[in-house]
Amino acid sequence: MSKDITLNVNGIDHHVNIQGNETLLKVLRDKLGLTAAKEGCGAGECGACAVIYNGSPASSCLILAVEAEGVEILTLEGITPKDHLHPIQQAFIDKGAVQCGFCTPGMIITTYSLLKSNPDPSEDEIKKAISGNLCRCTGYVQIIEAIREAARRLKRVKGRRK
Amino acid sequence: MKNFINLGRDVNRLDGYDKVSGNAKYIADYEFPGMLYAKVLRSPHPHAEIISINTSAAEKMEGVIAVTHSGKCSHKMGLYLVDRPVFATGKVRFKGEPVAAVAALTEDIAAAAIKKIKVKYKMLPLVDNIEDALDKNATLVHPDLMKYSYLPIYYPKKGTNIFNHFPLRKGDIKKGFKQSYKIYENEFTLPQIQHVPMEPHGAIAKWDRNDKLTVYSSVQSPFTLRNLLRLAFGLSHKDVRVIAPYVGGGFGGKAGINMEPLAVALAKEAKGKWIKLIFSREEVFLGTTVRQAMRARVKTGIAKNGRIIAEEIEMIFDGGAYAEYGTNVVRAAGYTCIGPYDIKNVKGDTYGVYTNHLVGGAFRGFGHGELHWAVESQMDIIANDLKMDPAEFRRLNVLKPGSINSMGEKITKHTGDMVACIDAVAKDLKWGKPSKKPAKPYIKRGKGLAVLEKAPAMPANATSCARVKFNEDATVIVQFSGMEIGQGCITALTQIAAERLKMDVSKLHAAGLPDTDFSPYEWQTVASRITWAVGNAIINAVDDAHEKIKKVASKVLKVKASQLDIDGEKVFVIGNKGKSIALPLIIMGYQYPDGHTIGGPVEGVGTFTPHLTNLDAKTGQGHAAAEWTFGCEGAEIEVDTRTGELKILNLVGAFDLGTVINPSTARGQIIGGMIQGLGSAVLEELKYKDGKIANPSFVDYKIPTAADLPDKIKHIFIQTPDDGGPFGARAIGEHPMISIPPAIANAIYDATGVRIKALPLTDEKILSSLKEKK
Repeated sequence: MSKDITLNVNGIDHHVNIQGNETLLKVLRDKLGLTAAKEGCGAGECGACAVIYNGSPASSCLILAVEAEGVEILTLEGITPKDHLHPIQQAFIDKGAVQCGFCTPGMIITTYSLLKSNPDPSEDEIKKAISGNLCRCTGYVQIIEAIREAARRLKRVKGRRK
Repeated sequence: MKNFINLGRDVNRLDGYDKVSGNAKYIADYEFPGMLYAKVLRSPHPHAEIISINTSAAEKMEGVIAVTHSGKCSHKMGLYLVDRPVFATGKVRFKGEPVAAVAALTEDIAAAAIKKIKVKYKMLPLVDNIEDALDKNATLVHPDLMKYSYLPIYYPKKGTNIFNHFPLRKGDIKKGFKQSYKIYENEFTLPQIQHVPMEPHGAIAKWDRNDKLTVYSSVQSPFTLRNLLRLAFGLSHKDVRVIAPYVGGGFGGKAGINMEPLAVALAKEAKGKWIKLIFSREEVFLGTTVRQAMRARVKTGIAKNGRIIAEEIEMIFDGGAYAEYGTNVVRAAGYTCIGPYDIKNVKGDTYGVYTNHLVGGAFRGFGHGELHWAVESQMDIIANDLKMDPAEFRRLNVLKPGSINSMGEKITKHTGDMVACIDAVAKDLKWGKPSKKPAKPYIKRGKGLAVLEKAPAMPANATSCARVKFNEDATVIVQFSGMEIGQGCITALTQIAAERLKMDVSKLHAAGLPDTDFSPYEWQTVASRITWAVGNAIINAVDDAHEKIKKVASKVLKVKASQLDIDGEKVFVIGNKGKSIALPLIIMGYQYPDGHTIGGPVEGVGTFTPHLTNLDAKTGQGHAAAEWTFGCEGAEIEVDTRTGELKILNLVGAFDLGTVINPSTARGQIIGGMIQGLGSAVLEELKYKDGKIANPSFVDYKIPTAADLPDKIKHIFIQTPDDGGPFGARAIGEHPMISIPPAIANAIYDATGVRIKALPLTDEKILSSLKEKK
């Protein structure tokens, strides 16, 4: 059964025709061309499909697109500034936190959300925050270092703005 | 250490921007107009005869474009032993084996259609483990084994389930044991495990009506895939084009040929249409390959001075339903069977057997995680029994310059420094000093270490090609077909090219993602060989480009080419830097003032071939190792003796990786490998019930998360330059995973006196072993 809905993604309203059983992840990828979010398991266990949903990170493979109408959705594409990288993204590069890159969009989404609510997380808080994002390449150590570095840089940016 | 301008530097990953921005495209991100979507019907039984397949209801469904199965596609595939049909033919040999496939206008239609395919089965006896496979009256999983084609370096046994037997004979084993003061014999096992790349496998294929085939795939080996596809489907290389986007993790699971033929078989039925097949996570567990299970028996003879003088080792690998690539795992484990030890008398017998389990294949470590689990547990048992320090026992017995290894190769000072690796780990662990006393009496702490070695496991004709192309402004494009699977080869190889060009790496662009129509040839991205082998090809390509520049410059400057040198900016006369030509004036051809032009665009081509030999069929002696990487890994742990709960306090790994090209990415390989090793040590196991896999999901098959990290983890570089490696570099990709399991098991023994001989080292197993000990 198909339905016309409006999805607010990265600040833009998109009018899309969806099937009742389609997930938000599928609609983002297949209908809006936003392919940063990945399908790693389709069961909400790996975090590769994470998006910011109503201000919190969520597995977009577990959300039906039809439920997402009226919700503010932010994807990695929406976090990336127009002509440079977000400090979190740059910190991931600088600290060697990227290998195959498949988990990276979800990791950055989770980091974005963590640092919004907790600008100065401890190592344990970082580990806890990303423990739902599986990575098979890095062993997480350089990801944790990148998150700490991103927190430092974001604080500096904030400090300058004051 | 030499003064490098681009090496030993944390150059940021050149694929970093693509990957942090979401710009990087993986197989599932590709969509083409008019694309069809595929689903696969899989066997519900581990071993059964196929009586009939009825696809008529599926074919009649609206939106179904193509249905195929063994009746239409009877091709077989395999890199080393061609035993695997694209679709189960005559019988199914494991639960999850593809039986049929459907291409339809949407995924939903394809999924509904496969449910309408009716297959009648008749059960066959189950070969459920190594013992079943080796039984005198065993059911043969492949009665036609001897009819299959295979490389002549493998030895299947007629009338058995043994698809390969690799014998190794060195010295006089009988004499060795006769002269031994003490003899130890133990058995060790480990289960199948999964690679779990975060990206599920996928392929997109189009078979045009003029019989040209194009395949996009999540593939480690585009050229080998092209070769195996053309063999399976009877095409010419020129008519098959493989394009490889970024790969979201491989670990061996995307080496050789995998699931691509399923998409190709459908493409052949729906000519001119793109067919997209992306595996679900469950299908990655069921339908790709796994690390083989293994049982090893190790018998070791020791002289009075603690030297090992004889070792007999028998390893039996559970290769699963099809041997295919796994045939070579058996061989690689076989020729390294004793690990990095100097032992005069050796008898090794390594077997691969068929069962009705998931298909075994290449996996990070390629037989070496398996053999070192056995050997490094055994060494610890011996050292402790002899009341020798386990680190000292290893220092005494490991390979050193002048030693002869298992297959008769002589170790030199360029091979690497095993003892330095042991010393570095011992120092980090404060070896010899007891662990800090835990606050609670029921918590026991201990330390353990384990050494390792590995060489790239590849045939003697595994070759590489690379190109460097100068642009008009004397920037350079580097081309190679080593696959970027996360290890950082695009960055490391560009650094190597820049170093040889004497240019800063920022002047280079790497065209790293291969397209077999345009890219230089590469055998496979496996065996930790890319930085080493392709790095050498790139050096040769730069030298070729430089020769071409010098040839033109010698005419212009009227000197011999041998009198010229090139830095990153100009070609100049040696000893007279003023007599020179700026590179932009010569790399597209040199134009004289009157307009006439000599030379042309400069492109350098370089190749690399390792110098290897086949191994003797009866003794396994010869030269199969292009280069070795030695390492040592250590662990400090604590065990709660009330619950068996294991906590990892510290993991440390020291590796002699020669010249470090990029410390950050090398560290990434080491830490990532150690944590994957930790998963294989304490968490991971594919479980079977009645021959059917019981845990094909992340709910039931756990891999390490950030919450599972040890309190401390450290990597140590030992840098003995390899005389055959690019600027002295050697391999590091697989090694960090290898000896984490025995290091932890040895630490558990140190803490509790309990010796666990079967992986994984779960809390339940530790608790039950503690109870048995009481």
